[in-house]
Amino acid sequence: MSALLETSELVKTFGAGDTATRVLRGLNLRLSTGEMAALLGPSGSGKSTLLTILGTLMKPTSGRYQMLGHDLIAADDRELTVFRNRHIGFVFQFHNLLPDFTALENVIFPTAVREGRETATARARGRDLLVRMGLADRIDFPTANLSGGQKQRVAVARALMNSPELVLADEPTGNLDRASALQVMELIGQINRDEGTTFLISTHDEKIAAACQRQIVVADGLVTG
Amino acid sequence: MLYALKIAARYLTANLAQTALLVTGVAVGVFIFIFMSALIGGLAEFILARTVGDMAHITIEAESADPALLISPKGQVLFVAEPGRIRTATLAEAATWLPLIAAVPGVKAVSPQITGAGFLTRGAQVSQVSITGVEPGRESAILDLDGYMVEGSARLGSGLIVLGRELADDLALSLGQSVRVQSTTGSTMVLTLSGIYQTGSRGMDQARAFVSLSSARTLFAMPQGVTRIEIKLDDLNAADATALRIRALTGLDAVSWTEGAAQLMEALNAQAQTGYFLKGFALLTIVIGVASALLLSTYRRRPEIGIMRAMGAGRGFVVFVFVTQGALVGLLGGVTGAVLGYLALLPFPSREAFRPGTLPLDITQGSYGLAITLTVIGAILASILPARSAARVDPVTAIGQ
Ligand SMILES: Nc1ncnc2c1ncn2[C@@H]1O[C@H](COP(=O)(O)OP(=O)(O)OP(=O)(O)O)[C@@H](O)[C@H]1O
Ligand SMILES: [Mg+2]
Repeated sequence: MSALLETSELVKTFGAGDTATRVLRGLNLRLSTGEMAALLGPSGSGKSTLLTILGTLMKPTSGRYQMLGHDLIAADDRELTVFRNRHIGFVFQFHNLLPDFTALENVIFPTAVREGRETATARARGRDLLVRMGLADRIDFPTANLSGGQKQRVAVARALMNSPELVLADEPTGNLDRASALQVMELIGQINRDEGTTFLISTHDEKIAAACQRQIVVADGLVTG
Repeated sequence: MLYALKIAARYLTANLAQTALLVTGVAVGVFIFIFMSALIGGLAEFILARTVGDMAHITIEAESADPALLISPKGQVLFVAEPGRIRTATLAEAATWLPLIAAVPGVKAVSPQITGAGFLTRGAQVSQVSITGVEPGRESAILDLDGYMVEGSARLGSGLIVLGRELADDLALSLGQSVRVQSTTGSTMVLTLSGIYQTGSRGMDQARAFVSLSSARTLFAMPQGVTRIEIKLDDLNAADATALRIRALTGLDAVSWTEGAAQLMEALNAQAQTGYFLKGFALLTIVIGVASALLLSTYRRRPEIGIMRAMGAGRGFVVFVFVTQGALVGLLGGVTGAVLGYLALLPFPSREAFRPGTLPLDITQGSYGLAITLTVIGAILASILPARSAARVDPVTAIGQ
């Protein structure tokens, strides 16, 4: 399998002086195209920190990060914005959706913001994704009226909207019940198999981790397993 | 960007009560702006109409002749010319100038006149008057004589005279009765009272007499020429420029009304400045209101802004969303305020019907377009600070909240 992304010697330090916290201490990670990996580790080990760096939302203190042949450390804000839009999808634990917009409007946001308007093609794809997520009857629902599990499925649909190579999910099922969590994981697994999208999912849940092909454990700022 | 516009509009409609409040605040500011414009404009109009309305905007007077004195080197007066012997100063070629002056752009009316002093005698009653001879048909060209008539008609003709109310009463003269008119040059005529006016100004009502130009020629022994040319303009503010033009064109000493009205102009200027000041404050309130409301909104929407940035929205897009919100609020508030201002001004009398004691609000001087334009510009400027702070939101901390 070809490498989708590769980091070497990633260091992230928060603060400076006495209060400096060294969260990542030279982390090396390689993800291959089509992988579905779980990111494990104790609370505070740096899982979210790693995901935001991989998602280009934050820069490491030092180290290298390459994805799809792009040096994402050297790129500026404008380049990273375009890169994220095309190649990376996100699913967060909280604060995922725009509350004043419908499920469909949320899903097609990544395409609309790139094209400057909501096209019929984008709407058709968005509808299709929502149907695949089992939300056929919630397409034009204001997202404020959706349940937690439904919201996370809308978020997954939106993460897939621009057919990114990589989807980063930070505890996507963290505040869902077991049944909804497994349903969301089931859908993610399906997309991974059908479209070869690479997933990196942080979780504390062994069951969720077991649903992934690979388990990456972070401890003391390094990948330990 | 159409999509940013959609998001801005959605943000505004998502919280209707808050948006309505904000738009109302802007509308009140615009309302004050329009009200002040109408008031300051109307007040200036009113004051000018009261003070300058019956005046000529430009006056050309014959050079007054030097006093006919002969003085010795030691300062003794050797010779004094008797009145009547000397020729009254005239604009002899008036007839040739009149059509030229009338053709100058902005000139509404031209009135050639012969003016002079004289006495009215009826029985034992004698009154001193200043006599104005005007061309029949041009009685109301400068002073709205027609509008002030209380009896009879302003129309002058040969053998007719028009007097003020108080003067007619002093002489116990009623319409159709005749009166002896004697000029300072000595000529005498008997004229019939054909009209009585009342302007409310004592000087006018008590000591002025209007006769036809031909009667004045006889009275003042002036077979040709006139002593004075009065000019009315479409726009009294153009008087200075037009006077210059007439001077250049004819070589006559055309004098604008403003030359004797420096104090009035100063007062009007000060009033206009006060107006700008108040209007500026109204705009400032709008800017502060919009800025603080949007700043609050960017703060409340930080997580959403973070999500949009993570999904690939650039900083420019975020700026555009918030600036558009400001522009929409400005436009809505501006139009609402303008409509409310117009409706509020409707019940006030039009500028032709201003009466002392009421607010002279001129609905035509509301500056509605200017108010809306400045409000939209102000609202856009006001939204720049919030928009920039929104664009600087760090997605990581915003989403992590
Ligand atoms: N902005 C920040 N400033 C200072 N310290 C930070 C900041 N963000 C994270 N940290 C610290 O970095 C460490 C790693 O945090 P991170 O959120 O990555 O952990 P995590 O593995 O995701 O934990 P959890 O499983 O609880 O989500 C923590 O000790 C945290 O306090
Ligand atoms: Mg975390």
